[in-house]
Amino acid sequence: MISVTPNANTAEALDLANLTAEQTALEIRGLNLHYGEAQALFDIDMHIPKNRVTAFIGPSGCGKSTLLRCINRMNDLVEICRVKGEILLHDKNIYDKDVDVAELRRRVGMVFQRPNPFPKSIYENVVYGMRLQGVNDRRTLDEVVERSLKGAALWDEVKDRLNESAFGLSGGQQQRLVIARSIAIEPEVLLLDEPTSALDPISTLTIEELITELKSKYTVVIVTHNMQQAARVSDQTAFMYMGKLIEYADTNTLFTTPDKKQTEDYITGRYG
Amino acid sequence: MKVWFKTGKPWIWLTAGAVSISLIAVIGLLIMIAWRGLSFFWPAAIHEMDIQASDGSTRTIIGEIYDREVVPTSRLIGSNVVLENYNEEMLERLLLKVGNREFVPLDFTWVMEPQVVRDETPANLAVLERSKDGNFYGYVVDILENGESVLTSDSEEEKRAELFARIDRAVELNEQAMDLQDSEIGAINYQLNQLRLEQRRLELNNAFTEAEAERIAAEEAQLRADYQVLEAQLFEYREQASRDAIVMRDMRNMEVTLPMYRMLDVTFPNDMNIFQKLAHFFVQIGKFVSEDPREANTEGGVFPAIFGTVFMVLLMSIIVTPFGVVAAVYLHEYAGKNAITRLIRIAVINLAGVPSIVYGVFGLGFFVYMVGGSLDQIFYPEALPSPTFGTPGVMWSAITLAILTLPVVIVSTEEGLSRIPSTLREGSLALGATKAETLWRIVLPMASPAIMTGLILAVARAAGEVAPLMLVGVVKSAPMLPLDGNFPYFHLDRKFMHLGFHIYDVGFQSPNVEAARPLVYATSFLLVTVIVGLNLTAIGVRNHLREKYRSLEH
Repeated sequence: MISVTPNANTAEALDLANLTAEQTALEIRGLNLHYGEAQALFDIDMHIPKNRVTAFIGPSGCGKSTLLRCINRMNDLVEICRVKGEILLHDKNIYDKDVDVAELRRRVGMVFQRPNPFPKSIYENVVYGMRLQGVNDRRTLDEVVERSLKGAALWDEVKDRLNESAFGLSGGQQQRLVIARSIAIEPEVLLLDEPTSALDPISTLTIEELITELKSKYTVVIVTHNMQQAARVSDQTAFMYMGKLIEYADTNTLFTTPDKKQTEDYITGRYG
Repeated sequence: MKVWFKTGKPWIWLTAGAVSISLIAVIGLLIMIAWRGLSFFWPAAIHEMDIQASDGSTRTIIGEIYDREVVPTSRLIGSNVVLENYNEEMLERLLLKVGNREFVPLDFTWVMEPQVVRDETPANLAVLERSKDGNFYGYVVDILENGESVLTSDSEEEKRAELFARIDRAVELNEQAMDLQDSEIGAINYQLNQLRLEQRRLELNNAFTEAEAERIAAEEAQLRADYQVLEAQLFEYREQASRDAIVMRDMRNMEVTLPMYRMLDVTFPNDMNIFQKLAHFFVQIGKFVSEDPREANTEGGVFPAIFGTVFMVLLMSIIVTPFGVVAAVYLHEYAGKNAITRLIRIAVINLAGVPSIVYGVFGLGFFVYMVGGSLDQIFYPEALPSPTFGTPGVMWSAITLAILTLPVVIVSTEEGLSRIPSTLREGSLALGATKAETLWRIVLPMASPAIMTGLILAVARAAGEVAPLMLVGVVKSAPMLPLDGNFPYFHLDRKFMHLGFHIYDVGFQSPNVEAARPLVYATSFLLVTVIVGLNLTAIGVRNHLREKYRSLEH
């Protein structure tokens, strides 16, 4: 069994099956997803608690990224993708016809596997979302930039070169810039899709520390390949396999006393 | 041998050879047209030759050596040229440009090298560049003012000083007269024409009242009065310019009097050192690119053709870029990925293979006659039956070439769009941008280098295209540029001159083939230079954009 250090910052365990409305950020109900003929997700039911870090783990192709991309409807971009079931955000199904997808994505931010800063200055990257909303007042934007970059632990490193191209930053800095860009528009939920898989260990550590801090303001959902990372940063973990949610429990429980045989096999490195 | 084949060396030689041949072809072409074109501007030595004919009589020829060739003697004997005591198999003959077009039957003449008994280049031989009848070669004898000689001595220095001063004065006066005619008198003519059109418009609308008639008559009277003043001024200039004359002795040893106002320049090429020649060379090139053509395009400059080419290409770029980009965006971003889209894409690509003359015919039939004719009926009925837009013009040329180059822009824009990493689009969408916002703020700026590449290819193709333009707007000689000081400044209905057509016209439609030949090379070289210049500008812009939107590299 691999050694898993329980996260010192982990909040006390919640009863995930019976969350109160105040504790719930997202509720996924009977979610099925097809890519053309192939089914990628099978009957996913889960509650994601507010102001906590939830990790999705599982082997490659298990559907964890697909599930994450359902939460801000990124899968809409894939033409052959069909979704059945509901995801409730404030008791409103985000797949309802009257939902404004752009508005939804403003409330559910996302950070991708590879850092994807825009070909603009650091400043313009951070205020991109604000400008989209029509905010062009210089003073407001300056405040947003400072707050977001501080929130993403990047302010001290870039405060003197805000007008330089974002491409001049290192990979880890770029990823924190992308996080700053996401939190600049103050989302409720922040989705992180393997945010450190393209980064070196030091940058990874910085981002992990950042994630722990972020949960005080945002609900964080993170997909990761790295089980130690899930153990270090998350409060609860969902293990997925072949498009099914196998086990969902608070992180300490899942990593020390998993319920299911498959979970145990995976976290002890027998497959995946 | 087999081993050598296996090393892959032959493959390297083959590919490198192909590249070398292409390079040699391009450089050879450029060197040839540059050499032939530019050497025309170099002040050539003026020879004075005595030619002894076979009957013993001699005649003198003054001119510059234009060309020389070696021909078999038998061919010349066959063509009635009598050569006695000449037994060599081959013979060299020279083509001399003797000028003085109004006094000799031909301003070019062939001379058999063996018949030349004296060949000198006297320092006092002058070349007079004239606005009519081409160059004059000869000796300056006298300078007249109102028919009286102004020379006090026979010294060559005095003659030259007097000559230079008086030619400068004549050129100055001519320029003033030209300016007056082009700008002020031209403007009055333009306004008179506008008044006539206005009156006609009012008549058509049944609004031509007494008051309007009076107003128009008053304005017309005012313009005509202004015209009288300017015309008097013009005649004054002409009067002054015709004060002087110059007496020259030509190769027939006869003295002829030439009016000074025809003179543009005088040079003594045999008396020039290398720096003076160099200076003259650049002055001549400057004149070539900045002056209007003369003598049915066989002399003078090509400025209107340069202007027309660049103006038309820029206009075409302004039309083709938005159209091409919008079409590419629809095809790539919005159109469903199905058979119809594929069909449209194939159709667009094949559009690039349609011969350009077909576009010319289409432009003439559709744009000029249908669209232009309708525009005239709706907006310019007062000018009918003379057409405004219903006749070939620079706008229709630009639109026709825009259609011709549209596929290039669409294809390269589409390629640019598909090269943009999807993570960037997703990043923008994840921040709450709509698809259109993502397009405007992220995708199109990042695709701009590709759009510029398309535009570069379009410009390269359009600037060299002549065939369709002959149907939709190019003329041998356009009296006015499509851009001038008269409101609305851009006259897109006007016909224009084009370097490509100019080459064709000078080379093949010219009354004086020998005189025109160097101009063909010079104009070709200039056309290449203009296209390269346009391309380099666009490439510069593209590289700047590329640097700005350098894609993600880790």
